[in-house]
Amino acid sequence: MTKVTLTVNGKTVSKSVEGRTLLSSLLREDLNLTGTHIGCDTSQCGACVVHVNGEAVKSCTMFAAEADGAEVKTIEGMANADGSLSVIQAAFQEHHGLQCGFCTPGMVMSAAALLKDNPKPSEVEIRAYLEGNLCRCTGYHNIVKAIMAASGQDVPAVAAE
Amino acid sequence: MYDFEIQKPGSIADAVSAMSGDDAQALGGGQTLIPTLKQRLASPSTLVSLAGLSEMVGICKDDAGRLCIGGATTHAAVAADGSYAGLSGLASHIGDPAVRNRGTIGGSLANNDPSACYPAAALGSGATIVTNAREIAADDYFLGMFETALNEGEIITEVKFPIPEKSNYQKFVQPASRFALVGVFVAKYADGVRVAVTGASESGVHRWTAAEEALNANFSADAIAGLDAPSGDGMINDLHGSGDYRAHLVKVMTGRAVAAAS
Repeated sequence: MTKVTLTVNGKTVSKSVEGRTLLSSLLREDLNLTGTHIGCDTSQCGACVVHVNGEAVKSCTMFAAEADGAEVKTIEGMANADGSLSVIQAAFQEHHGLQCGFCTPGMVMSAAALLKDNPKPSEVEIRAYLEGNLCRCTGYHNIVKAIMAASGQDVPAVAAE
Repeated sequence: MYDFEIQKPGSIADAVSAMSGDDAQALGGGQTLIPTLKQRLASPSTLVSLAGLSEMVGICKDDAGRLCIGGATTHAAVAADGSYAGLSGLASHIGDPAVRNRGTIGGSLANNDPSACYPAAALGSGATIVTNAREIAADDYFLGMFETALNEGEIITEVKFPIPEKSNYQKFVQPASRFALVGVFVAKYADGVRVAVTGASESGVHRWTAAEEALNANFSADAIAGLDAPSGDGMINDLHGSGDYRAHLVKVMTGRAVAAAS
């Protein structure tokens, strides 16, 4: 077992982990932050995306031991300080960017990472950035729309064709 | 996953020493190795994490004008660099953004997946693979599917790329995995053109010398259009495409790479 100390959503935590413990397991099972979802466990689906030192990573494809000393942000850390939804989260709600909601934590974390580097992405750029985030319900249209809206760009009021 | 110990050395020397243990394996970004461990296709007793070795992270130019990329540098960093357009373009289409934030050039070249992108760039650029022990020319480095000239315990610390006059990488993605069904890297140097093909051959990344000769005489897509496609014998033949189909794609993607080279 290895002791790791990291900052998760602004709080410092220390845990003992096995070598094989994944960051996603540490978050979900040791820290009870179950908003980070494990969809495929094969690095494909992106439901487990979190930010490590400000960058989007698939937490099912990183060992907890390697997050020692890192700053990690999960979907639980995305809301505003007063508990209200962040701009991106509110846009997903407003534009119905989800159906079953399973992929949504990863979508929101990827969207936040995209907008940090590219504050006004085009639709093409959004779709390209979401290559590693799979949604099996929505067909992506409303997710893309929500991210466009969250970036302050006009989106059509009607549902996507 | 079977359990193992993770060691996090603070220097290349410590990493080399940790790699000398029984069943020790280097861990780069883990974007291939971790899924492999999950499937129990590998069972190292120790993983030696290279991610924290700051002396192996970063991009600079040497006195010869070569782009020198630390072995633990991520695909995202290479994509953002831009001083070698063809290489940054290639790096910007590996996997997806989250994968590019973890995966490293050294990890990709050490693994030498027959469908990986970076081997095409290294071979197509005539790059030099620098390890803790020696320098290896790309032409001598890639020995076949998942096989390289690396010795047991040897670590890629840096990769040096001569920067060409023109370059481009074209990838025909396998629709499910997004790996290269066929990828072709073309680089035009003052002393000749190099064409490297990934994804296609059962013997891994390789050069298409007939195309290189044609492009040396006339660097244009027309020069490729006038060539016969390479033979489908020895090309990968699977449910995603026959050997002949891949051979055809090699010609098509080479033509596109030449047309797009800048």
